[in-house]
Amino acid sequence: MTFRNSVVTALCVAAAAATIIILPHVVELFTIINATIYASMAILTLSLALVWGFCGIISFGQTAFFGLGGYAYAVAAINFGDSTPAIALALLVPTLFAGLLGYFIFWGRVTDVYLGVITLTVTLILYKLFNATAGDAYHIGKAALGGFNGIPATPLMNLPWDRGTTLEPEDIWYVAATLLCLAYAFVRWLLSTKLGHLMIAIRENEHRTELLGYDPRRIKLAAFTIGGAMAGASGILFANCVFVSPTMFSLLYTAQVIVWVIIGGLGTLAGPIFACFLLQMITAELGRLNWLNPNFVLGIILIAFVLLMPSGILPTLQRMYDKITWPILLQKSVRKRPAQ
Amino acid sequence: MDLAVIVLDQILTSIASLILISIGLAVIFGMMRVINLAHGEFIMLGGYTVITSVNAGVNLWFASLVLAPLVVGAFGFLVERTIVRFLYGRMIDTMLATWGLSLAMVGAVTMIFGNTTSGVSTPLGSMAFGRYELSNYNFALMGVAIVTTAALWAALRFTPFGIIARATMQNAQMVGSLGVNSAHVYAITFTIGAALSGLAGGMIAPLSGVLPSMGVQYVAKAFITVISGGSAAVAGTLSASTLLGTLDTGTTFLTTPVFGEVSLLIGAVLLVRAMPQGITGSLFKGST
Repeated sequence: MTFRNSVVTALCVAAAAATIIILPHVVELFTIINATIYASMAILTLSLALVWGFCGIISFGQTAFFGLGGYAYAVAAINFGDSTPAIALALLVPTLFAGLLGYFIFWGRVTDVYLGVITLTVTLILYKLFNATAGDAYHIGKAALGGFNGIPATPLMNLPWDRGTTLEPEDIWYVAATLLCLAYAFVRWLLSTKLGHLMIAIRENEHRTELLGYDPRRIKLAAFTIGGAMAGASGILFANCVFVSPTMFSLLYTAQVIVWVIIGGLGTLAGPIFACFLLQMITAELGRLNWLNPNFVLGIILIAFVLLMPSGILPTLQRMYDKITWPILLQKSVRKRPAQ
Repeated sequence: MDLAVIVLDQILTSIASLILISIGLAVIFGMMRVINLAHGEFIMLGGYTVITSVNAGVNLWFASLVLAPLVVGAFGFLVERTIVRFLYGRMIDTMLATWGLSLAMVGAVTMIFGNTTSGVSTPLGSMAFGRYELSNYNFALMGVAIVTTAALWAALRFTPFGIIARATMQNAQMVGSLGVNSAHVYAITFTIGAALSGLAGGMIAPLSGVLPSMGVQYVAKAFITVISGGSAAVAGTLSASTLLGTLDTGTTFLTTPVFGEVSLLIGAVLLVRAMPQGITGSLFKGST
């Protein structure tokens, strides 16, 4: 069985690598840029899938870290003129912010639903704050924050310590897609460690975990901070394929990520990523229709899934698969048994 | 001296509008424990009811004090029957479904009315006070906030329905075994909460105008207020609105409106850190 698993893993890695390398050669530039945006959003989705699906923290504030990462990257890159320290700083800012916010939330024993509301509120306040930064008075160093318009001239990444060589859109696709695969592998690895097991234990029963001598506050803070760092990284990528603006903090983005996780299946990793790609393609198609509001469609999809298929696509498919295969497997094992 | 009166007027107005936008949520979320993320859109719907009916020639006061609560109350009843009633006790699912509802409402209103701000002029004019002008509408806002709060308090405290409703929220099974149809109580309570949100939207519409996405501005403030207030609907809303409204307006006067809102958030986060059960969970126990 382990041999079969490692073969499957190797095949998955090969398929992913092939897709990443071949895609820029077969599709137009426009599609590549879109695919890069989807990949960056998929990392954001993955961060919520980890924090919410495996540690039970309903963080609706992932877009806060996403936006902070983007803004920190843009501001630092404009000031330094080199993206290498900017990326480091842009990972640090959302991570620290997540740590601080998490401290207040978890040490304040804010329980699940209140947590969702508070993280959501923080995101909305940041949205308003960055929207209000129009005018010359609001700038950090050389970077004007630009209010509602954001920073349209967000600098692109360059090779490390080589500010002359800026990455092309194709290169950013390679970076984003590779990072998505790495993030997925990282989360899979994290969940196999002791910390990961403790996260799942907290999701299942926080009280019992605490009675066994673990401090759930610390474990939740660790998960929340890791999720914040991942969301920040996705914000950097997003800043490199679109540009930073207060929209990154907006309710629509927050909602989208939650919708993808729910539809893909809470408690799975591949499901949300799959849903992220699929639904963004659908939304893009709907946007081309022009008469149907994407908000409206997303809202209806969300209501429908909560009422009709609350566990999401992937777990539902798994259950169907089990239902079909289990009787066959059972028959086989019965046949193998020696006759008495 | 003049400035002091102006600041006082601003603080009281801010408290009154916080009370109005939170009181509907205090019923739906504070009492019923239904996380209604479409709360801001209920307010938005109230606002659009007023704008549409005033443009059709209806009296502004009739529109905002009667029509807006009626329309939004009816809509709330519909929502309770079709979505929320399947999700009682499943807080996260409720949250997601009402979020879906909120997105769908924003989308639907955008498709119908377009993504533009529309408004009516603020009635009642203004009153000169020394070197400053005070808008008389602010006093109407305060009046409506006081009357609404008093009415809700009296209704919950003294009417049979209020007592049954509070009992149902505490222990629905027990009340059910005493012969009360708790499903009806839930539906009516949700409708009342929605109607109060509609009233808030109706009163706010002449001040700020209406926009399909205006709910976003209110939903966060309302939740923060209700969470800070704790489980007692009326006392919690009153105390938290007073505290946060004063903080917001005070900071706004000293710095800018943006920092006012930020101070509101930080104040609320610190408050929840110090009193996780909210103000009425720690201080005024046993109040309504």
